[in-house]
Amino acid sequence: MRIALKLFASLTERLPPEARARHRVELEVEEGATVLDVIRREGIPEAQCFLVLVDGAWVAPQDRATRVLSEDQALAIWPPVAGG
Amino acid sequence: MAWTRNVLRVNLSAGTCTPEPLNMTWAQDYLGQRGLATKYFVSEVDPKVDPFAPENELIFVTGPLTGTMASTGGRYSVVTKGPLTGAIACSNSGGYFGAELKFAGWDMLIFEGASPKPVYLLLIDGKAELVDAGSLWGKTVWETEEEIKKVHQDPQIRVAAIGRAGEIGVLYAGIVNDLHRAAGRSGVGAVMGSKNLKAVAVRGTRTDSYPLANPKAFLAATEAAKKVLAANGVTGQGLPTYGTQVLMNVINELGALPTRNHRDIQFEGAGDISGEAMHRKRPTDGKANLVTNGACFGCTIACGRISRMDPGHFTVKDKPQYQGASGGVEYEAAWALGAANGVNDLEALTYANFLCNEHGFDPISFGATVGAAMELYDLGILTKDEVGFELPFGSTEAMVKLAELTARGEGFGKEIGMGSRRLCAKYGRPDLSMTVKGQEFPAYDGRGLQGMGLAYATSNRGACHLRGYMVSPEVLGIPVKMDPQATEGKAAMLKAFQDLTAVVDSAGICLFTTFAWGLADIQPQIQAACEGDWSPERLLLVGERIWNMEREFNLAAGLTKKDDCLPPRLMKEEAKTGPQKGAVSKLDVMLPEYYEVRGWTAEGVPTAGTRARLGV
Repeated sequence: MRIALKLFASLTERLPPEARARHRVELEVEEGATVLDVIRREGIPEAQCFLVLVDGAWVAPQDRATRVLSEDQALAIWPPVAGG
Repeated sequence: MAWTRNVLRVNLSAGTCTPEPLNMTWAQDYLGQRGLATKYFVSEVDPKVDPFAPENELIFVTGPLTGTMASTGGRYSVVTKGPLTGAIACSNSGGYFGAELKFAGWDMLIFEGASPKPVYLLLIDGKAELVDAGSLWGKTVWETEEEIKKVHQDPQIRVAAIGRAGEIGVLYAGIVNDLHRAAGRSGVGAVMGSKNLKAVAVRGTRTDSYPLANPKAFLAATEAAKKVLAANGVTGQGLPTYGTQVLMNVINELGALPTRNHRDIQFEGAGDISGEAMHRKRPTDGKANLVTNGACFGCTIACGRISRMDPGHFTVKDKPQYQGASGGVEYEAAWALGAANGVNDLEALTYANFLCNEHGFDPISFGATVGAAMELYDLGILTKDEVGFELPFGSTEAMVKLAELTARGEGFGKEIGMGSRRLCAKYGRPDLSMTVKGQEFPAYDGRGLQGMGLAYATSNRGACHLRGYMVSPEVLGIPVKMDPQATEGKAAMLKAFQDLTAVVDSAGICLFTTFAWGLADIQPQIQAACEGDWSPERLLLVGERIWNMEREFNLAAGLTKKDDCLPPRLMKEEAKTGPQKGAVSKLDVMLPEYYEVRGWTAEGVPTAGTRARLGV
């Protein structure tokens, strides 16, 4: 199935150059893939996964191994960031 | 001790500068900065005072950690009654001015009355003098700083000044120090202008003027706390690299980015004006907007943005004065100048932000007011004839033009300078003003983040993200993660945030430390610096006391429960897109609980028991 992977801040550099402005690539992943499966498959350091959203909804660190992705969902990841 | 114990009372009507000892009893009850200055203010000023009357006071104040080795210990605040809101105004700034004020030996400057002619206050250590500012009146913040340094032959003088916006009474004029740090919100600069006070210039060399209670313990505490900041991913890496601007994409993805005067809750151009976009090389000149990060006095985070514009951009093509590196957009400014009115041109945002710094006005209130004007134009209520040019949502040219006009008080800029509430009321649509107590919202939608909606409604200085930053729990999971749409527990969490924030704002340090620091990191620094008992419990009581003191002032000024509200749009119009689609604010559920948690009556008035407990 296809999902979108969106990487931001310093994680943006992990995307192909042409995808960086939109922060987004389409990925083909296996049915039943979890958030953690995708993070590991893409080689994203888990310590850098500070804020993880699926379609804008927060996924807690302890839920990432069990949160199964669905077709067309967007997985967005940020390293430690904040604002104000 | 950490306090210098010196207050300078400046009577601008009489032209006198009179030193007096700091009230140390009050210092023990209110710590410093925001709390202590507000205590002086509410004790000396009639809450019903016209903010522009000479009887209103304007207080510059440092905290006990200002000018010390505590990380971020460079903060100062300006306290007055705000002309935008009619409520207590306390605006906080960084840079180097606050520490210099402390080095000159002053905890606080109290300005009374109004000068018959433009003046600036010159402080050279303990020597204070009002100097004629006739030649500076009408000049920009940047020109004023340069001129004062030149006249006094001292490039190390620190200057906090108003620009033209403060002089002409733009209701959200700020006070800018060190060229691009600002006590930016609530119109403190307009009050300064009403007093004919152009600037405060200070040079301090007396670093021994505020001995610490326990220097050895202080060094140990500040060193340990700095390690916490360095080791934390947010304060050690995220903020220095991307600044607050990294939130643009975060909040947009979450569906809480107010867009086009809050008509929408996501902005299709967010990626073009984000922190990441500031790092990208421009196709036009191959350079990035962001030159480097910058730090205020004593700061080991360094979140500040220093930007250089594309010299070929239409806004600065023939204006070399804007082609050098200067203060770039932070998140709130980028949102207000961009998403709030649908503009996605980062260079134009940077230019407008430069103008805000140069002429001294708040980019949040300005940008949000432009958004309101664009909606009035979109509805046909405002016309091209009235504005002088087309004003559709998304018009970069119009936003920039209005920044220039507002800075000079010309044309339709005069209307924009009134702020959104007065603008929308004048044109018969007060419901379109996205404000609380007359102050414009910052960059989070109260429908998408329920706790932030409550924080806005209850903020003592009008809509503000810096009085109780519920984004931390609702988005970032600091200290714990809360569901943005939940209402349970939000009142209690907000109270805790508001009280702790009041402590931080009264200590002389930056609120951004709290992404890494808890009270357990802050308390040992205050305890080692200040004489007296500063246990965590007592500090939180101080914070609560400050919050209630501000509330009491507002109530006495005539504000009521009715002012703890959100615009009808946030209460009734559902969020159109994204993860929060369908959401409206549930303020009516949270507010009664908040009053209860605060120990207030159902009308939002502190009960006799609460007053007695806090000694307010």
